[in-house]
Amino acid sequence: MSLAIIVLIPFIAAVLPLLARQRSRLMITTLTAAATATSLALLLALAPAVLDGEIPQFFAAWLPSLGLDFSLRLDGLSLLFATLILGIGLLIIIYAHYYLSENDDSGRFFACMLLFMGSMLGIVTSDNLILLWMFWELTSISSFLLIGYWFHQSNARRGARMALAITGAGGLALLAGILLIGNIAGSYQLEAIFAAADEIRAHSLYLPALLLVLLGAFTKSAQFPFQFWLPHAMAAPTPVSAYLHSATMVKAGIFLMARLYPVLGGTSEWFTIVTLTGLATMLFGAYFALFKTDLKGLLAFSTISHLGLITMLLGLGTAGALLAALFHILNHATFKAGLFMIAGIIDHETGSRDLRKLSGLRKYLPFTMVLAVITSASMAGVPLFNGFLSKEMLFVESTEQHLFGGLSWLVPVLATIGAMLSVAYSIRFVHGVFFDKVATNLPKQPHEPPLMMRAPVILLSVLCVAVGIAPMVFAADILTAAMAVVSPYSFEVDIAIWHGFNLPLLMSALALIGGVAIYANRDELLSFNRQFDHHDAKDIFARIVKAVTNTSDNLMNRIETGSLQRYIAAMLGITIIFVLPELYDIAQLDGGREHMPVNVVSIVGAIIVVLAAIGTAAFHHQRLTSLMMLSVVGLMVSLIFIHFSAPDLAMTQLVVEVVSIILMILALFFMPQRIPKASSGGRVARDILLAGFVGGIVGSLNYAILTRPTNSISEFFLANSVPGGGGTNVVNVILVDFRGFDTLGEISVLAIAAAGIHKLLNNLRPFMPSSDVDGRPWHRVKHPLLVQTVSQAILPLALMVSVYIFLRGHNLPGGGFIAGLITAAAMILQYMANGVDWVKHRFDYNYQTLASVGVMIALFTGLGSWFFGKNFLTSWFAHVHWPIVGEFEIATAILFDLGVYLTVIGATLMILANFGQMTTRHRPRQEKH
Amino acid sequence: MEALYATTVGMLTACSIYLILRGRSFPIVIGITMLSYAVNLFLFSTGRLVMNELPIIGNQESYTDPLPQALVLTAIVIGFAMTAYSIILAVRVRGELGTDEVNEPNSSDAEGQR
Repeated sequence: MSLAIIVLIPFIAAVLPLLARQRSRLMITTLTAAATATSLALLLALAPAVLDGEIPQFFAAWLPSLGLDFSLRLDGLSLLFATLILGIGLLIIIYAHYYLSENDDSGRFFACMLLFMGSMLGIVTSDNLILLWMFWELTSISSFLLIGYWFHQSNARRGARMALAITGAGGLALLAGILLIGNIAGSYQLEAIFAAADEIRAHSLYLPALLLVLLGAFTKSAQFPFQFWLPHAMAAPTPVSAYLHSATMVKAGIFLMARLYPVLGGTSEWFTIVTLTGLATMLFGAYFALFKTDLKGLLAFSTISHLGLITMLLGLGTAGALLAALFHILNHATFKAGLFMIAGIIDHETGSRDLRKLSGLRKYLPFTMVLAVITSASMAGVPLFNGFLSKEMLFVESTEQHLFGGLSWLVPVLATIGAMLSVAYSIRFVHGVFFDKVATNLPKQPHEPPLMMRAPVILLSVLCVAVGIAPMVFAADILTAAMAVVSPYSFEVDIAIWHGFNLPLLMSALALIGGVAIYANRDELLSFNRQFDHHDAKDIFARIVKAVTNTSDNLMNRIETGSLQRYIAAMLGITIIFVLPELYDIAQLDGGREHMPVNVVSIVGAIIVVLAAIGTAAFHHQRLTSLMMLSVVGLMVSLIFIHFSAPDLAMTQLVVEVVSIILMILALFFMPQRIPKASSGGRVARDILLAGFVGGIVGSLNYAILTRPTNSISEFFLANSVPGGGGTNVVNVILVDFRGFDTLGEISVLAIAAAGIHKLLNNLRPFMPSSDVDGRPWHRVKHPLLVQTVSQAILPLALMVSVYIFLRGHNLPGGGFIAGLITAAAMILQYMANGVDWVKHRFDYNYQTLASVGVMIALFTGLGSWFFGKNFLTSWFAHVHWPIVGEFEIATAILFDLGVYLTVIGATLMILANFGQMTTRHRPRQEKH
Repeated sequence: MEALYATTVGMLTACSIYLILRGRSFPIVIGITMLSYAVNLFLFSTGRLVMNELPIIGNQESYTDPLPQALVLTAIVIGFAMTAYSIILAVRVRGELGTDEVNEPNSSDAEGQR
């Protein structure tokens, strides 16, 4: 449990700095530091048990079906990293308090910092690979926020984007790799994956999985050729650089390789890829670090170089190499965090980080100089400092490997060269800044920073020396615990300062002498380097991004032509391509079911439908004619329904037809009366061909279905309609009872569509012709007396019919939908015959309210069944005997149907009455808010 | 009868697709409406063609499949909502842009470009 708390504290505490934004900076820093310290204290409380070989775990199921659980573990490796993350994190927080200026939003800074810290803790303690990946992506995002902290600077934004793009892409590759591994092992839990290690290594998908995981690790840890994002990330505030590039972000990739070494490591593929990448990165970083004029740039390339060194050690993969890798992780974190902080102090005090301007600072910053000498000596691998020990271990391992056959001697030689360069740039860092003649043209007059700003560096420097002198006292326990997790081989942690005169010592000596020599001759090297044309990785990255954007733009311009006709044609074409093979697979279109004999009525009906449909299409230029033809089709469809035993459908179709044709005639009033130009012949031919093709496919499919035996679940509905739903009209019972939830959805959609139309009509300025297309004015009698009289007489009749249809709906054809449409149609008739003013005067009712009340009634009827301990929308019915009336049935379903009824009326009238008002003085104008 | 029914549905579909492929909003709305008829008939027919067997529990021996009917009934109402929405959208577009053309003004299929 306390393990989960350790990881969650930074996430929860991340809101504190934001809440305390208005308070003093000290308050914000104190809160952040307190949260980190609490987490660290809890971690250290668990440490003794971990060092004794226990593995505290935490498990909470999250999405077990996906193999994702919130499961954590704290083994030796996790402890090593978690201590670094929280320990150095705490130092960075203290340092940052003094580093940030008054203008910087320290609340945002510390919030991002805590988010990042929590994500890193998550990575190192995850017991589940998917969870690990999730935290991995969280570090990408939070580091993006941190690198881009000064977002008013364009280089900060660019650096942040680049880091996110590279590590994010790597993260996706990592996810793919994790999924492959999880698939092979059958679980994403580390325990299961460790157990399946042999199986994974022997699997045919091992190589792809390895490559994908390494892609993730290499991008995160800035390994060659993905190293270029790291120097640009230096646009971040220095505390961020110190944190991200010493102990955390870039170490995540290293951690991943160490974590999965027992599973993926030890093969020749692992060895070749990882060792060579590490070696190349080490040399590349060390070489370029030599030429950087920016202090942080120098440290950035040095970081790349040291990450390469660790990667190379992990690649070599012997017990000694793994130990050296873990040890160097620890050492690098201590001296590099210190060096970055020193660079920050120099920048803070002098206003410059440029090595060409800085020199002779020993006069102003003597104490800082001592610290710089210690940490740089550690970086260079000078004896008695911790960097020396791990570097010496690298030399030992490089001489003992025989993995490249006859060329194996190259590895120690290149390692020595790398070490020489490392010595050279370390000297440059100290000598260039603190020695030589005293600088005069600095932006600020430097003096020693406050003690608390130096305190973190002092602590780190002390650690460098302490570990360097007594490694077995300070580092042996934690390294033993970490090795137990990483190394599949037997090992012994025995780090000594003195091994006697041997080859590695000679290499160390060579490195020191060579480094001094290189630095002494740096001017020649500089001019040597200048003859090469260096491509800035940033430009290459920018070019790639630009090329990708341009390609996408071109593609989009081709696809998105802005022509709806083309889109629809393409969509239909693609549909045909997908459907055709399926149809081809049907051996016989006729399924063999017994055919129904054709009668004359059907033939006549079919001919009318087809002719009307063709007419609708053919006369589409004469819009009113086309619309009349469409109404014929609609009426015939209604007859088809009644012909094939569907009275409910026929009635619904009939009323809907009436309402929608009225609506379209109304719309026609606002549409252009004449169409200036017809489509070209080629276009018409293409469309006829396409339409014919689609129609043919639909017809064939329909025929294939009709001639095949049916296998329906409707037996259930037929059997349970009366006993379960209390109604004999099965269609209605299905609507209001069995599938009532669907119907609730349907009426909600109807109400939403009506509300949308209401909004569309708001503020609309339609074209209103004052005469017809031939210039004849509209008839002056708008509401003929005959129509008025008849319509007024029809209204009560229609209302009665609708009530009747509504009430009988449960047992006979009818129901809420149909009754609602009938009522609506009768009301529309009043609007048409008598005008909006007449209706408004007599029946001024808000249709929006009606529709929403309808939906609410249906909803609450459904909710009502909860009070009786039943599921949502369970219906209840009873037969009661009333005097005079006789046997009568009451069902809650009728209440639901009432909701449907009201919604349909409300929505339909909302659409039609509002639209009809457009021509009158009641048309909706600017809505009041 | 099955062949006749299928042919009718196919013809309705073909005509509606032709209308949907026009370049003006009004024929497109008419096409969508007709397409919804065709689709409703298609869905309805998955219960197979049956005469004189109403899905009303009573003195009959067998009943037609009520499920497609229930589905199509709501489909008709939703179809109306969709038709209404699209036609009023078309009116609104005409009001805003002054034209009922559906292609973007600068596309190759637009009025001025052809």
